[in-house]
Amino acid sequence: MTSFNTFNTFNQNTDPYASVRETTEGRVYSVTGGDWDDLVTEIGATQEERVVVNMGPQHPSTHGVLRLILELEGETVTEVRCGIGYLHTGIEKNIEYRNWTQGVTFVTRMDYLAPFFNEAAYCLAVEKLLGITDQIPERASIIRVMLMEFNRISSHLVALGTGALELGALSPMIFAFRERELILNVYEMITGLRMNSAYIRPGGVAMDLPEDSIPKLRDIVKELRTNLKDTEKLLIGNTIWMKRTVGVAYLDLPGCISLGVTGPVLRSTGLPWDLRKTQPYCGYENYDFDVVTADSCDVYGRFLIRIYEMEQSLRIIEQALDKLKPGPVMVADKKIAWPAQLALSGDGLGNSLDHIREIMGSSMESLIHHFKLVTEGFRVPAGQAYATVESPRGELGAHVISDGGTKPYRVHFRDPSFNNLQATSAMCEGSLIADVVAAVASIDPVMGGVDR
Amino acid sequence: MSDIVKNTPKVSDRGSFGVSGTGDTSGYGGLVRKTAQIGSSERPFGSYFDEVVDDLERAYPSFNDAIEKVVVDRGELTLHVKSARLLEVSLILRDELKFEMCMGVSGAHYPTDNDRELHALYPLLSLTRNQRIRLEVSVSDSNPHIPSLVKIWASNNWQERETYDMFGIIFDGHPALTRIMMPDDWPGHPQRKDYPLGGIPVEYKGATVPPPNERRSYR
Repeated sequence: MTSFNTFNTFNQNTDPYASVRETTEGRVYSVTGGDWDDLVTEIGATQEERVVVNMGPQHPSTHGVLRLILELEGETVTEVRCGIGYLHTGIEKNIEYRNWTQGVTFVTRMDYLAPFFNEAAYCLAVEKLLGITDQIPERASIIRVMLMEFNRISSHLVALGTGALELGALSPMIFAFRERELILNVYEMITGLRMNSAYIRPGGVAMDLPEDSIPKLRDIVKELRTNLKDTEKLLIGNTIWMKRTVGVAYLDLPGCISLGVTGPVLRSTGLPWDLRKTQPYCGYENYDFDVVTADSCDVYGRFLIRIYEMEQSLRIIEQALDKLKPGPVMVADKKIAWPAQLALSGDGLGNSLDHIREIMGSSMESLIHHFKLVTEGFRVPAGQAYATVESPRGELGAHVISDGGTKPYRVHFRDPSFNNLQATSAMCEGSLIADVVAAVASIDPVMGGVDR
Repeated sequence: MSDIVKNTPKVSDRGSFGVSGTGDTSGYGGLVRKTAQIGSSERPFGSYFDEVVDDLERAYPSFNDAIEKVVVDRGELTLHVKSARLLEVSLILRDELKFEMCMGVSGAHYPTDNDRELHALYPLLSLTRNQRIRLEVSVSDSNPHIPSLVKIWASNNWQERETYDMFGIIFDGHPALTRIMMPDDWPGHPQRKDYPLGGIPVEYKGATVPPPNERRSYR
């Protein structure tokens, strides 16, 4: 090894952030881009076979702030370790200081690509604790299913678009985000917000669908069905895409089970495990749809699953639109149902003026009721419950403990991204460094959900 | 801080207004939390729970010694397992009863539950039986050791690190029990009840909103 003094010409005085220093672990190079040739020459001169590369947390192909520590021998990865926690926001702690309904606004921010799934899992757990699972109005459940399926499509579109982008295919991303925009418009039309809408509430949903939304939703489903074909055509059977994905990041069924992997990665091993079929919630047993599987255990299989799941989601949305009948969207129990009737206007959800007129002008009892329930919240009998939904990434579980008070005692989310990300090592060790990007993209981790 | 929570007198629920302790319903008395542990359930448990418990009793002769109580509540089965017996029970649940997957571990801190302050909760899933159960292990704050289940369910690796990070439960035998969310040199375990939420007052339209843990709160 050359000593610290004798080397080098490595980026002398040109970039203050690109430096070389000696540590007990070996020589450490900081790279800022544009200095690759210097770096390669420098490392080549050391004759060192083993190089440890730190990828992320600010790397564009790591889906947010995932840090990968790769040990390389040439281009082969011998060891992968993930560093997470860069997006930890203490959501689970914060919920303990808010009332049960306010909890929804926190959990929706966990996995930010699948907000409706977070809300649904949390609300299903709270409803289980309250013992009102059977009393949720049918219309509310149908709206939940419809939004969750729209959400599954928008989440899969991001997975496909960004996944393709990371492997060098730009066009699918452009198409995917065009379609996602249509779905974000749906959220905005129904909930007033494009993400983090806090629309699903314990007991039902915050407010009914806007008038004349059904024909619009039908049009959007029709448009999506046509447009999704474009994304499919760009990638299915595409030679370059196949070369980057077929046989890459192999993880078979025993591997998935032992690592607790669920969702598209588990289904890519051929096991049709989908909680919507196996342990239905929100009335999924009443919908006709197929569980998509692949048997290749690789990135291409997971990609195909996501593509075909979007079609199945469209089928479910159409059935949901057919099922929708006028009726309440909140439980009848006035001690639980949030009294603040909301109205959707140009700048999002706000107070309903009719409701304000009633509580401020005509009914003292309504005012008291509103005040008690909004400031204090409702009490949930002591106990614990675990509710699961099939999120776009796998089993999303909400474990909720109540001590009988107006605030959650403890809320823990079993986020599928967190769990599935552990499989990175099993998928990548022994493969090429370029395949690490494909593997992470196929797991589709969302760091907001991983770190919470 | 932990002593304050521990020394809070035990209170019981009275009436629908949530009156407890001093009877202060103004909400300015601060948030007093108590432990609510549900007692053991009697047979028949209903649903598939009898079948699971029967199978476990058959496959595991020292069932009565290892399982402290069986709780069926809200349509869920919880087996309270002694910490020392957790590995044995888990192995039998995985291999004999086909609970192939452990969906992680989460913690709960009950400062008033003497010598059982820290609880670890393991939701198990069986793909073969299409059933779920939960294991619950309680340990004391002063000796928070639970055997690690990473050898049985590899998926528990990060989950146990998270629970260690948040609650300070030490999982013996874990391959690398380090913090996962918080920085390595972080003091304390944030999800414990004696760990303050923190926060600063925020001024909005001339009024000052106190941080969430100092707002008046109702039980």
